[in-house]
Amino acid sequence: MIEDPYLGKYITCVSARSTDKEILKKAQDGGIATTLMVYALEEGIIDGTIVAGEGDKPWQPKPEVAMTREDILKARGTRYSISPQISWLKEATRSFGLDKVGITGVCCQMQAVRKAQLYPINMRDVPGKVAFTVGLFCMENFPYKSMQSIVEDHAAQSLGSVKKMEITKGKFWVYTERGNVATVPLKDTHKYEQPGCHVCLDYVSNLADISTGSVGSPDGWSTVFIRTKVGNEIWSKAVAAGLFETKPIEEVKPGLDLLRKLAKEKIDKNQKTVEERKTFGVNKGLRNPYA
Amino acid sequence: MGVETKPAHVMMENKAEATKEKKPVTNKIKLGHVHMSGCTGCLVSIADNNLGLIKILDDYADLVYCLTLADVRHIPEMDVALVEGSVCIQDHESVEDIKETRKKSKIVVALGSCACYGNITRFSRGGQHNQPQHESFLPIGDLIDVDVYIPGCPPSPELIRNVAVMAYLLLEGNEDQKALAGKYLKPLMDLAKRGTTGCFCDLMNDVINQGLCMGCGTCAASCPVRAITLEFGKPQGERDLCIKCGSCYGACPRSFFNLDVISEFENINEIIAGALKEGESND
Repeated sequence: MIEDPYLGKYITCVSARSTDKEILKKAQDGGIATTLMVYALEEGIIDGTIVAGEGDKPWQPKPEVAMTREDILKARGTRYSISPQISWLKEATRSFGLDKVGITGVCCQMQAVRKAQLYPINMRDVPGKVAFTVGLFCMENFPYKSMQSIVEDHAAQSLGSVKKMEITKGKFWVYTERGNVATVPLKDTHKYEQPGCHVCLDYVSNLADISTGSVGSPDGWSTVFIRTKVGNEIWSKAVAAGLFETKPIEEVKPGLDLLRKLAKEKIDKNQKTVEERKTFGVNKGLRNPYA
Repeated sequence: MGVETKPAHVMMENKAEATKEKKPVTNKIKLGHVHMSGCTGCLVSIADNNLGLIKILDDYADLVYCLTLADVRHIPEMDVALVEGSVCIQDHESVEDIKETRKKSKIVVALGSCACYGNITRFSRGGQHNQPQHESFLPIGDLIDVDVYIPGCPPSPELIRNVAVMAYLLLEGNEDQKALAGKYLKPLMDLAKRGTTGCFCDLMNDVINQGLCMGCGTCAASCPVRAITLEFGKPQGERDLCIKCGSCYGACPRSFFNLDVISEFENINEIIAGALKEGESND
């Protein structure tokens, strides 16, 4: 077990890509989260999973309980807006009757799952029924109207015409169906970030069974942290079943150094925010959830 | 009838004695359930731990007081008192009982939202036969000092189990176990210090207004009356539905999040599962 102050505890870290061509077609990067959840479903490790499905408006994510491969595939790709995944956590064990729940989500949502397991306040049945969690790397998130402002006002593209969005290399990228590529420098998008993200002390989903994201791996590949016994068992079986191509993380560029640099940037900055909140007013501070 | 049953009864006693000798349990803690004005749903939640409860009562705790399950009339000395329900201040006996509970218990746990926050009993206006004058119900924290809160309507069996195991480790464990149990219980002790009112408004006042909400949706999942939806990625409460149980605030990862404990989720889950494993004694 490796313990890194910024990357959390993990058993192994690799660079990987799904071998499922259908999943890769619309995946954000290496298709890791989608492939893992489909595999867990087909192997009976989970009997359903909470994913960020399609909402009512273009690029609006909406949490859904997916119980088939088709439903999981609908959630491929990143939508840079808030999907309250955990709102379905208890309902998944009730209305949907699931005994083994899978959850995909960002760092804070993985934190929410673990808190619900250790301190299940009005979360009956949840602690024992969380079977598998896949966490995503996350720098910050945008409320839907923020994302709309970035895409429509700053990048000057219609949300309905967008094929893919991506945050990489210091820019917010918008790709349209007709082949247009527009970018917005991140310094212009910062002000639209969700305020609650600024006290988040996790970049790579430290509390997930397996966490994944693009940073650290070449284009089309994902960096994967295998963190828990549950995660390790599922990952080993999935790799043995030929679902992933893998490369040692030490052999890919830009590798763990970039990931550690970005993790440090986020966590140090947010730690500073948490500190500054203590003296926000005159002899009065803002509340600290970690105290 | 007596002649037939007696030998079997004696044999059972012998068997119990034999088991006792095999794994002597000398350091069990004294656990009690004190019933104030509540619906017994909290007690049912304790029982819903099923074999886990049997294991707790076998190895870790004696149930020394529980009007429903144990034949003891008067409140005895207890290590941990789980108090269900709020206190009707027009009912002299209830008031005496809650004071007696405080006097005789090392740790007082408010079990469930009525004991913590008043919950549904906040809406009482009296007028019920045969005691129509019984109209004022207070969470126990308004009358006595409370050490630990277990909010929820009903509180989840798993949280009751976790607190029971941790209370045992705090009182009877080794140094490491005591430290872990202390750290685990701290946020629930802080909730007890925080106050005796619970409401969806807590999410507005202490999470959203404080710039801490990140829209994960935990509050909506924890709400027993489904009063919470998410608007613009943030919780919106149907305030007329809210029963003042305080669950949403307690469950919210931005009300308290003790990173040092929650990061150890894998170990802690194993410790608790290990403690409750059938047929194995902890000591």
